[in-house]
Amino acid sequence: MSNTKKTYWKGLPQLKNDSEFVKHADKEFVDLGVQEDPGHSRRDFLKMMGFSVAAASLAACEAPIRKAIPYINKPVDADPGIPNYYASSYVNGGDYCSIVVKVRDGRPIKIEGNSLSKVTMGGTNAQVEASVLSLYDNYRLRGPKIKDASADWETVDKEVIAKLTEIAAKGGQIRIVSNTVLSPSTKAVIDKFKAKYPTTSHVQYDSISNYGILKANKESFGTAMIPSYDFSKAKVIVSIGADFLGTWLSPIEFTKQFAVNREVTNDKRDMSRLYQFESNLSLTGANADYRSMIKPSQEGLVVAQIYNILSGNGVNSIDKIAYLEKAAAELKANQGKALVVCGSNDKSVQLVVNAINNLLGSYGTTILPSAPVNFRQGNDEEMAAFVADVQGGKVEGVIFYNCNPVYDHPKGEALGAALKNISLTVSTSTTPDETASTSAYLAPDHHYLESWNDAEPKVNSFSLSQPAITPLFKTRQAQESFLVWAGESNTDYFSFVKEYWRSRFYNAGAGLDFQNFWDKCLYDGVLEVASAATAYSFAGNVDAALATINSTYKASGSGLELVVYESYGLGNGSQANNPLLQELPDPITKATWDHYVTISLKDATALGIENDAEGRTQLVNLTASGKTISVAALVQPGQAPGTLGVALGYGRTKVGKVGENIGANAYPLLAVGETLGYSILTGVKVEKTDTAFQLAQTQIHQTYMGRENVIQESLLADYNKNPEEWRDRAAKVTSWDKKVEPSTLSLWKGHEYKNHHWGMSIDLNTCTGCGACVVACNVENNVAIVGKQEVINRREMHWLRIDRYYTSDASPEDYKAAEIASENPEVVFQPMLCQHCNNAPCETVCPVAATTHSTEGLNQMTYNRCIGTRYCANNCPYKVRRFNWFKYHDNQQFTQANPAMNTDLGRMVLNPEVTVRSRGVMEKCSFCVQRIQTSKLTAKKERRPLQDGEVVTACQAACSTGAIVFGDMNNPESKISKLLDIDHYKEVEKDGKVEKVFNYGIDKNYKNPRAYRVLEEIGVKPNIFYLTKIRNKDKEKENA
Amino acid sequence: MQATSSLRESLITGGKTVRDVSEDISRQVEGKPTRLWWVAFSISVVLLMFGVYCLVTVLWEGIGVWGLNKTVGWAWDITNFVWWVGIGHAGTLISAILLLFRQKWRMSINRAAEAMTIFAVICAATFPLVHMGRLWLGLYWVLPLPNTWGSLWANFNSPLLWDVFAITTYFTVSLVFWYIGLIPDFAVIRDRAIRMGNKTRASIYNALSFGWDGAAKTWMRYESVALILAGLSTPLVLSVHTIVSFDFATSVVPGWHTTIFPPYFVAGAIFSGFAMVLTLLIVTRKVFKLEDYITIYHIELMNIIIIITGSIVGIAYITEFFIAWYGMVPAEYYAFYNRATGPYWWAYWSMMTCNVISPQLFWFKKLRTNIVATFVLSIIVNIGMWFERFVIIVTSIHRDYLPSSWSMFYPTMYDVGEYILTFGFFFTAFFLFAKFFPVINMAEVKSIIKSSSEKKH
Repeated sequence: MSNTKKTYWKGLPQLKNDSEFVKHADKEFVDLGVQEDPGHSRRDFLKMMGFSVAAASLAACEAPIRKAIPYINKPVDADPGIPNYYASSYVNGGDYCSIVVKVRDGRPIKIEGNSLSKVTMGGTNAQVEASVLSLYDNYRLRGPKIKDASADWETVDKEVIAKLTEIAAKGGQIRIVSNTVLSPSTKAVIDKFKAKYPTTSHVQYDSISNYGILKANKESFGTAMIPSYDFSKAKVIVSIGADFLGTWLSPIEFTKQFAVNREVTNDKRDMSRLYQFESNLSLTGANADYRSMIKPSQEGLVVAQIYNILSGNGVNSIDKIAYLEKAAAELKANQGKALVVCGSNDKSVQLVVNAINNLLGSYGTTILPSAPVNFRQGNDEEMAAFVADVQGGKVEGVIFYNCNPVYDHPKGEALGAALKNISLTVSTSTTPDETASTSAYLAPDHHYLESWNDAEPKVNSFSLSQPAITPLFKTRQAQESFLVWAGESNTDYFSFVKEYWRSRFYNAGAGLDFQNFWDKCLYDGVLEVASAATAYSFAGNVDAALATINSTYKASGSGLELVVYESYGLGNGSQANNPLLQELPDPITKATWDHYVTISLKDATALGIENDAEGRTQLVNLTASGKTISVAALVQPGQAPGTLGVALGYGRTKVGKVGENIGANAYPLLAVGETLGYSILTGVKVEKTDTAFQLAQTQIHQTYMGRENVIQESLLADYNKNPEEWRDRAAKVTSWDKKVEPSTLSLWKGHEYKNHHWGMSIDLNTCTGCGACVVACNVENNVAIVGKQEVINRREMHWLRIDRYYTSDASPEDYKAAEIASENPEVVFQPMLCQHCNNAPCETVCPVAATTHSTEGLNQMTYNRCIGTRYCANNCPYKVRRFNWFKYHDNQQFTQANPAMNTDLGRMVLNPEVTVRSRGVMEKCSFCVQRIQTSKLTAKKERRPLQDGEVVTACQAACSTGAIVFGDMNNPESKISKLLDIDHYKEVEKDGKVEKVFNYGIDKNYKNPRAYRVLEEIGVKPNIFYLTKIRNKDKEKENA
Repeated sequence: MQATSSLRESLITGGKTVRDVSEDISRQVEGKPTRLWWVAFSISVVLLMFGVYCLVTVLWEGIGVWGLNKTVGWAWDITNFVWWVGIGHAGTLISAILLLFRQKWRMSINRAAEAMTIFAVICAATFPLVHMGRLWLGLYWVLPLPNTWGSLWANFNSPLLWDVFAITTYFTVSLVFWYIGLIPDFAVIRDRAIRMGNKTRASIYNALSFGWDGAAKTWMRYESVALILAGLSTPLVLSVHTIVSFDFATSVVPGWHTTIFPPYFVAGAIFSGFAMVLTLLIVTRKVFKLEDYITIYHIELMNIIIIITGSIVGIAYITEFFIAWYGMVPAEYYAFYNRATGPYWWAYWSMMTCNVISPQLFWFKKLRTNIVATFVLSIIVNIGMWFERFVIIVTSIHRDYLPSSWSMFYPTMYDVGEYILTFGFFFTAFFLFAKFFPVINMAEVKSIIKSSSEKKH
């Protein structure tokens, strides 16, 4: 190492000989004076780390469990992947349905009708089917609230009881307001509450009121009741504005009954005849044999005139109503087999209807006053008085149970304002709806699928509700709340119901112990108790009623009149946050997600309103009863000129993301009188605005262009003369030398299904077009809901749709004119789904064989394989294939429209047996292949052949009328084989001998003269058969 | 020695010598691009970028950003596909069929026409790829690859699969044919580069020319390969568009299900292809000053082909209507009624005007020898041919069997964007080609000019 004079300094301080540096120069580590915080020692570090670890582990214990974990002890009957079924009851407002809930892995995922019920007989409708999604509604309250702040039940109870006691002590009035309560146990609970707070009274009202019938029956028979009707006994039905297949009273039950007499078979070549007199084209009107357009101001007069004709009193109250005399004459000819119903809520009109039915001998045959119904018992006068009392400050405490009057009562707005001045307002609504949000205390009820309850829809017909899932949130059954507030010691509503049933129904002498009796009731879901028939005799003052009618109704009303009707999808609006119902096309207008006023072409032209084929229209300002709402105008064939129709159920302001602010609230437009009036005869104004609006319709072409290969229909008389008449009209194709049936010519050799051959038959006569099957299909198959804009883009995903066609006056050859529907068209509904063609055009064109044919005749989609060329959809003559244009699940863009695939709560409703399809994939009806496989496996495990009726598709199960029949066409004993009258044997020549062999082939020899296949002539050989629409009209075309 | 006829006009004017040819054609390859070239190229690149944005959006969001719906599953995508494939056909026809028929006039134009074919086929192929809902799987599953899933195989019944084979074959053959033709010309540029001392260019073009030595033996092989490839390409001119037409003809959709489609599509393809060749060459001869190589005579001959094919197409349109009436199939009758008078009547009558009426103007010699008239009409013909495909595809499916499903199709920005994408690509590629490759086949053209001693006086 060389010697050097270089000096290396530790730093400038050494160079400068800083005193501070010199002091520490000998130390290895120089403490430069920065003191470490003495508060944190190593021990502190360990302590803090220990705490953090402990805290983190504890916090982890309370974090939501996001992974599925297996049971340690498996509950009995809870097998992962195997669904359980529980009988229960759907009750919403005035609607009732006995149901069976499918529960898989602890989650209700599907609702079907309960066939044991004598009331609904296994039927459902769209709202019932959709209600399972309302259980998983993100807008539901998570727990009780005081004003807007979350609270616990103890605080709520303490404060509510304190206030109730205070009010009761000074004699202040307390009200419980609800829709009609069907449950006898609930009524008993309310009685207990009343006993504790004697100033309480219970006000029942219905958002759709039938108080007029109650009053008319009170005058006619002395009892304020609504009788049961039996449409299946009626040969001639005359309905004046009653949409009994859609919304009137008990549509599920009536649809079922009505279908009985609409079926036409080889053995039963007769059907009922339905006359409809109405302003709006309703679902019932669309199914009528004769439909006559009247103004609401003529409604009373039509009823009066029928009475006049039947009673022969020689008075003439109205002239020139099409089919009126004919209808009256036929009613007269069919006494005892006739029924007149009327949708009016006017007491006098209903009284005359009673008189007519009395003359016709309907009581005891088609009307059963001895089995009155318990729904729609709401009292309009009491409700009006309640609103007045609240406004007048006469009421101090209000509890709202199962109702939303601030929204669905005409005086709701005033009520809402007045509620702010009341010392105690409690709402038991499951959501912070319009009424709940003006109430001080929110004591949310369970959803009905989480509740125990009972119901008595008809006198002596009982049913039970049972929870199908543990309550999702910290909600509490409303009845339990009432019991708590009434200071009861036992507040468990389940034991209350059970005790109620023990004391009321259990007969110890019958040899069944109570637990078994109870289990049986719970299993069946329903209980029928024998009842004694009561005699009713008509004692109404018809003359007085007729006089009232003549003064109220003016024969030639000028100016516009308005009919307010209940929406088919949304009903009274309580399920407006349910996207399944928002996207369900209205059966008539095929509009989704929208509110509109229906207007006749004549009036629209006069007002300058134009609808184009794409649903582009204008907003109008509609004024009635002094209120003005702004809604879109929809030009509706069949709308009586001079009338307008507007639906209830829209315009919800506090309902959740899905349904908020769609359309306008039409309840304030109702006429408030003695009874609520749904027809507004005077003071109706419509002003066109310049604001453009586009309606989202799933079908934008109205007529079937006279294409008989699509829709085949016949008159009953023609059918009876020659049932095969339509076959002569079937399209023929030309082979080299002669004309032949199209199905006999094929390039394909055909194939055989050695095991099952699935097929479906759809009866166009009994299908009412209600749409229950559409919702059922959506729920069963996880069909994506896409929202308004995508429906406008014509991309709704429905696997099953109902095509609604109007007739046209023009000849089918005049293409331009044939596109335009008649002023009062006949209507036909055609459910359209994948036809499972035996020679499927989609299968040949798919480049990757993603859609193939099964050995059982199913046309199946392999989603994994699909690359999304859409060639199959282009080549599908029925246009039933649906493409995933976007990713509809887990996509922010669709959260609002499709919570079932985009929110954690909503996803619970998805059916685990059906894949949620990804973006870019084609999908379509699978004939519910998951159900077919499940039933086949069950049969296999039990080592037996599959029985007919074991496989029921979702649409078939939902169909109240039995229009859809599904089954194995290779099974000679199956219902479908018998219905289509299939000859299973074919003659084959073998060694010069003719032998009969079983026909496993694709060409089934079906002999039912009504059966046809859509687009027979293109030779795709579908497995779905349609049964010809038959109208019970007289042969010659009558001129109205 | 070239046989010349006093009756025929000379194919190359201006009294060009062999040296002139090399000089004129190589000039744009060797020199700096002109201002005009830069402007045109920049516009093309901008269009391409916009198209790429639209393409990425479609791939990211899904096909839903297009205007398609449950009834109309194909619209601009397949329209553009068929249109571009059709355009490509002229190149193959010129280079293959006209070669076999010894049509000397093709020699000035075949290079550019073949380049156009290749770029057009690439543009066309974009659409079947992008229109798939799941492109990433489609690339894989449409190929009949052996696999471990038992008998799972592509569906050989499907015309879409035939398309895959037809297009890939067509593309491969066209590319090889085009490239082989380029080899001697690359060698010319290489040799010139060596002379000019430009080493970089010399080595690049040497590589591109595969070391072409210009020996008589090499020329002989070159000629036989060209002839063989022409023979291979000839059936492709007919088969590719025939198979494309099968996409429609084998379906059940009224308006698609027509046996006339194969010849009608082929005629339409040549019709539109020649129109596109004209559009491109009129611009190219102007920009690169090649008026002596691509003469009015060339343009007139191509215009005559346009009259012929335009008339064939017109007869096909009328035949379809006649058969719709004569066949008495109500659905088909309605489909054609709807074409002419339905909501898309304007598309139908645009097609009729552009494709059937406008080419008839070329019966006038004055018009068919007029550059401006030809240029305008060539564009009109291609607009018409686009409408033809749109009419066939959209007006047939938007109203087919069940009136309940009838609906309309409205394009979105992204439908248009994909079309712009292909234009952007096509012109970008064509301008690059025109700059870096000899746009006229020097070797062949040299064979048809008169010798230098016969220079015009």
